[in-house]
Amino acid sequence: MTSVSHPVSTTWSQDQPAKVRVPWHQRLQPANLLWLFLAGILVVLIMAPMWTLVVSSFTDAKTGGWTLHNYVEAYGKERHITALTNTLKMGAVVVALKLAFGVPLAWACTRTDMPGRNFVRYSVFGAFIMPPYLAGVGWILLAGPNTGWINRVWHSLSGSTEPLVNIFSFGGLVLVTAIGGFFLVFVLVSSAFEMINSEMEDAANILGAGPFKTAMKVTFPLVMPAIIGSALLSFLGAIALYGVPALISIPARYPVVVIQLTEFFSFPLRIQVAAAYSIPLLLITAAMLGLQKLILRRKGYVSVSGKGGERRIVKLGRWRWVLFAYCFCVVALSVLMPLFVLLLAAFSDSWTTGFSFSNLTLSNFHYVLFEHSSSQKALVGSIGLGIVAATVAITLALFIAYIVQRRLIPFSGLLAFLAVSPYVVPGIVLAIGFYAAYALPPIALYGTYTIMALAFVTRFLPIAFTTSSAGVRSIHPEMEEAVRILGGGRVTALRHVVGPLLKRTLAGGWLLIFVPAAQELSTAIFLVGPTTRVVSVVLLDLSEEGELEKLAALGSLLLIIIVAVVALGMRYLGRDFMLRRS
Amino acid sequence: MDGLVLRKLGRRFGAVDAVLDFDLHIKPGEFVSLLGPSGCGKTTTLRMIAGFIDPTSGSIELDGKILSAPSGAVPPEKRGMSMIFQSYAIWPNMTVSQNVAFGLNLRKLPSDEVKKRVGAVLETVRMSHLADRYPAELSGGQQQRVALARAVVIRPAVLLLDEPLSNLDANLREEMRFEIKRMHDEFKITSVYVTHDQGEAMVTSDRIAVMNNGRLEQIDTPYALYSRPKTRFVASFIGRTNFLSGNCGNHMIDFAGFSVPLAMIGEEVTGGGPITVSIRPQAMKLSATEVSRDKVINLQGSVQQSAFLGETWDYVFQPKDSGLQFRVAAPPADVFQVGAPAWLQIDPAQIVPIAD
Repeated sequence: MTSVSHPVSTTWSQDQPAKVRVPWHQRLQPANLLWLFLAGILVVLIMAPMWTLVVSSFTDAKTGGWTLHNYVEAYGKERHITALTNTLKMGAVVVALKLAFGVPLAWACTRTDMPGRNFVRYSVFGAFIMPPYLAGVGWILLAGPNTGWINRVWHSLSGSTEPLVNIFSFGGLVLVTAIGGFFLVFVLVSSAFEMINSEMEDAANILGAGPFKTAMKVTFPLVMPAIIGSALLSFLGAIALYGVPALISIPARYPVVVIQLTEFFSFPLRIQVAAAYSIPLLLITAAMLGLQKLILRRKGYVSVSGKGGERRIVKLGRWRWVLFAYCFCVVALSVLMPLFVLLLAAFSDSWTTGFSFSNLTLSNFHYVLFEHSSSQKALVGSIGLGIVAATVAITLALFIAYIVQRRLIPFSGLLAFLAVSPYVVPGIVLAIGFYAAYALPPIALYGTYTIMALAFVTRFLPIAFTTSSAGVRSIHPEMEEAVRILGGGRVTALRHVVGPLLKRTLAGGWLLIFVPAAQELSTAIFLVGPTTRVVSVVLLDLSEEGELEKLAALGSLLLIIIVAVVALGMRYLGRDFMLRRS
Repeated sequence: MDGLVLRKLGRRFGAVDAVLDFDLHIKPGEFVSLLGPSGCGKTTTLRMIAGFIDPTSGSIELDGKILSAPSGAVPPEKRGMSMIFQSYAIWPNMTVSQNVAFGLNLRKLPSDEVKKRVGAVLETVRMSHLADRYPAELSGGQQQRVALARAVVIRPAVLLLDEPLSNLDANLREEMRFEIKRMHDEFKITSVYVTHDQGEAMVTSDRIAVMNNGRLEQIDTPYALYSRPKTRFVASFIGRTNFLSGNCGNHMIDFAGFSVPLAMIGEEVTGGGPITVSIRPQAMKLSATEVSRDKVINLQGSVQQSAFLGETWDYVFQPKDSGLQFRVAAPPADVFQVGAPAWLQIDPAQIVPIAD
């Protein structure tokens, strides 16, 4: 509640009119100015780039006039349409695979007595920390058609010269995309399983339903919203992902939308066409999220929002080892195998010659740290951008969340809407919007760290807002009112009560942003300049040059730094902070 | 005027008047409860006194100084009050003694003075041995004591209590009622206590203000409120009662089947016509035979229902040839079987005419 601090006349009389109009100067309070300020920031971060994106898709590059020609050029070629349908096809198969990976693992880790549950949990967490493009490089090392280790073992065993597996294929593209993103399915479905109170299952049991029937009629329907939600998000993640297609889809001759977009961005530069071509990605995303809301709203899944009660663990008996074998396969495919070969390659002179002690070297690390023209700077740049983006996004989000939750000013709901809206914008589309709005003169931010930091803040603002908002909501307003009635102002309340209470939540949110921001590729790809490269971009360059050992070394360095930061966070926040997000 | 004065206080939310034309004068050191069902406006009134909500009409003044009026209000932090919240609002990031010391530190008291006063107040609420605990390590009752200590240690001009006992279990609630009463007797702080529990209000308060639909129904001492309710709402909200409709003549009130001389009723009744009275179950007696006494009304009838509540019997008595039913409280030794004939004695001095 707001209270007007305004000197009250001491000669109050009872015949004063009951309603007094608030004078205009009182309505123009600092709080309202703050609102305008925050709204202005959000306009710069979100509205302007998106508006420019849409406008430039209808703008003639030469005359600046209105035109539909960009759309004709974007969709006029059969190749471009194929890329679009290919993307949708790939997205659908990836979703199926991610669910096949994520849902059984989530169930196994939350509701069964399977051995090694913590091992599986940590490994899946590793899949979150490992950027998809590094997993992709790992799989190229493993299953490249000629020199991949799996194929070489196969050749020596069978004497055949045909590859056993080929990562440069539709199957390879789907597999690598899926292992890089099933983390999200695991987290969302796990938390849904954890929220189910066993009493609901007991109720079905007592009415005569057996364990199987209970699972089918009660348990799975209750986690269905989480499964559907994570499937939609998986699809969106898959179609917007840039790194994996950049590594695999070109050699696999399987064109997809993101690769086509980079073509419009290479010489001759056609931003307007790229903008037109990215509109379907935007529309699909918005439609999917709308669909999700519709599905989730239809039934009141009250149980899933409540506090999880006593959970009964399913005793699997002999099947526990079968389930463990499956889980082990999934984490081996997604984390253990690619990570192992990646580290091995980083320490190898030449990864094609196989493992031997004479082949071990540190020269790759020396090269990327001290010899390569941009990789050292890129490491600093990536970590720095991660820190800046996470800090700015969390700070901004905390302000907005506090104002929205405490309803300090009118129309605060609009701020909340803007803060979460980048959620519907795929990273690569956001990059095109930022390029169109800020890269070129008169603003001319192209190739600066500033434009990347702004874009990263925007990209991760929804995570920051969701975290902060949940944090502020968890603090009872009476906590602050107790400060105020004892004589402290709102600032005192923020400093002594709200701040200390939110420390852990905010630090957790910070890490949730830092990890992906330090690895971010899709948003960076169109915004980096010659002197402002980030690790992810340098890694792609190295892969094009075929320098896979050096790539592996640089990738390992990035991973080591991120793991160190996360480990620090876990020490401080408890190990579950990332697996407990909703 | 000294003390806390609410004048024609009102608060409108949209088209709804949460509080309307509320007049109340609380004398310095007095303990007043705002009692009423949920949604009656009692919490809104309390939050207006605290300064968390601004009134849309009327005013609040303390010792002659205006605190709130529609044109503006002194913010809560400048009112020198303190409050005990429904959720206790004990800050979990501070220890018990840090919680209690917070308000003193805001007043920039020297640290040895802070220490002395914190120690003394923790002694009073019997929490000294837990001074260095964090709130998460305390039980609900202990947290409540910390809230009490934190609120009284600053010696507030007014202490506000917002349903402070509603989250405690029944035994603890009983104990804390007396604890609050004891603290008030010790420090004599002007207090406003919001509750929907009449038991709490009766134990703690000097006077109780019964609210309904945003308006003040009646303000009186607990005894007067129970024995002399002025409205149907108050009579039914505080304790249980029997309502009787009758017709008021010049010298008698006629009820279905019996009449009572006006002179025997404890209150002056003016004007004839339809009238409603309240008779408490404790204002009547049951006996197996007719008891002939002066100034007592005797009715013959039978016991219709009975329930034993431990401290009393709860009987339903129906007079012969009458549709009336009376709830009667009787001591445990007075046992009547259902259907047994009985006589009902009503003390006419305890028949209270009420406004509908």
